[in-house]
Amino acid sequence: MTALIHNGPVIALEHVNVELGRVPVLNDVSLTIEEGEFIVIMGPNGAGKTTLLRLLLGLIRPSSGSIQVLGDPPRRGNPAIGYAPQHRNIEADLPLRARDLVGFGLDGHRWGIGLPDPKRRSKIDQALAEVDALDLAEAPVGQLSGGEQQRLLIAQALLTNPKLLLLDEPLANLDLAHQQEVVALIARICRAHCVTALLVSHDINPLLHVTDRVLFMARGRSAIGAPDEVITSHTLTQLYGSPVEVIQALGRFFVVGAEL
Amino acid sequence: MFTLLQYPFIQNAFLAGSVVAVAAGLLGYFLVVRGLTFAGHALSNIGFAGAAGAVLAGVHPVYGLLAFTVGASLAISLLGKEIRQRDIAIGVVMTFSLGMGILFLSLYHGYAEQAYSILFGTILGISQADVLASAAFSLALIAILAVLARPLLFSSFDAEVAEARGVPVRLVGAAFLILTALAISMAVQVVGVLLIFALLVGPAATAIRLTARPVKAMALAVGLGLAYTWLGILLAANSTWPVSFFISMLSFGVYLPVRLLSRQGWTRELKAQPGTGLSQTQLVDQAEMIGLPEGKDKNPHG
Repeated sequence: MTALIHNGPVIALEHVNVELGRVPVLNDVSLTIEEGEFIVIMGPNGAGKTTLLRLLLGLIRPSSGSIQVLGDPPRRGNPAIGYAPQHRNIEADLPLRARDLVGFGLDGHRWGIGLPDPKRRSKIDQALAEVDALDLAEAPVGQLSGGEQQRLLIAQALLTNPKLLLLDEPLANLDLAHQQEVVALIARICRAHCVTALLVSHDINPLLHVTDRVLFMARGRSAIGAPDEVITSHTLTQLYGSPVEVIQALGRFFVVGAEL
Repeated sequence: MFTLLQYPFIQNAFLAGSVVAVAAGLLGYFLVVRGLTFAGHALSNIGFAGAAGAVLAGVHPVYGLLAFTVGASLAISLLGKEIRQRDIAIGVVMTFSLGMGILFLSLYHGYAEQAYSILFGTILGISQADVLASAAFSLALIAILAVLARPLLFSSFDAEVAEARGVPVRLVGAAFLILTALAISMAVQVVGVLLIFALLVGPAATAIRLTARPVKAMALAVGLGLAYTWLGILLAANSTWPVSFFISMLSFGVYLPVRLLSRQGWTRELKAQPGTGLSQTQLVDQAEMIGLPEGKDKNPHG
């Protein structure tokens, strides 16, 4: 277990460039993220947000630069990283129970057939309870609401007791009440387990009260810092390369002149 | 009726039918949940060309079946993930293969029975050697499927997370299609290439309408496949009608009421999901920018 303990930053990127099919996606990105930080990744579509997550998961390699995740180069199947990809619409008649979906997070990658195991069952129950979804355990996944499905994906990502949680647009397609519910849930879990979280969102407002720093990406470049340092007319105008106006009112940010 | 069981050809039919039904039921479950049922159907039709070619060349049809179905399954696994494009490509190759098959048959000046049996199966004429071969084959298939089971299930339902968790998603998918090709080559003896859906997809499609639990659905698919096969053989042995007719009739006859009656609530509760997450998000963003309240709950419950 001691191998998991390290005192450096959770994520360290140095001069990272990524090209996908010769198209540059990340351009000289450097950043460090410390243990327990709650980071919101923002930016327009195609800015490289998902690419950054895939980079940390070891699914793609940078064309240059160095990456350290929890003190090591990224590698696929790292149990110290929990990942919930951008949520798709699940078919209503998908033949899978909530319990089965969450269970994938525990041993879905192992070869062979899984035998019934009370310890496995209680671990899944525990993860379901953590996201307040124990009563949904036996329900077919496709019957659940978007917010419920999102909670299950988070439970699945938590099953390996990760130190780092990567969540790609967990708030998309949720109404305000469910957004707040999911945000409160993620923040509570991250604090309780000292988990570092990187969360992609198009909207900072529902996350403002839990966010430590914002990583804003546009046109392959990025800026990182506290929300009111990064989400400013000056920084966003620089990132987008065109005039962007940020208005702060009622404790919320409103961005005018740019697609988020 | 049960005195029939004394005849060796009936015993052979039962044994061969059973091993095929078990393998087909299990593989069929994954075909259905992976959305590959059309590929399964196409594989068997492509196999027809192979079988006809083998007959023309004077070898056992199963060799032609194996060569063509395995080749086609490799090609399908190289095709992209986009279902529409993939199915068009599969369909084009399938028709081409059927054309080849009919050419081979017209060039072959032997008994038309051969073609008939490839198309519709010859379970009552199966030899003991074929039974043993089918049993060994089926056991091997099930053993390999058991090894692949969890990663295959994971990647069938959530390929992206499975990949991130270290599952070799493409490799597992390709291995599964090759297993399907092998199972089809075997199942053709029982129901023929045209009726393969009856044992491969019918039981699994019915099973997933009855349960959302993967293990239970697989067991149910196997049970239904066995029931169709046994009943089909018994009914055929007591009539002049072909076995494969009874099997396909049973498969359809069970699927239809299950489809109509099961999970009615599910279709009623059709969720008003937005077309794409992207446009919805942008709409919400714009609404926020101009100070509109956000959209109402898009979901009737939860």
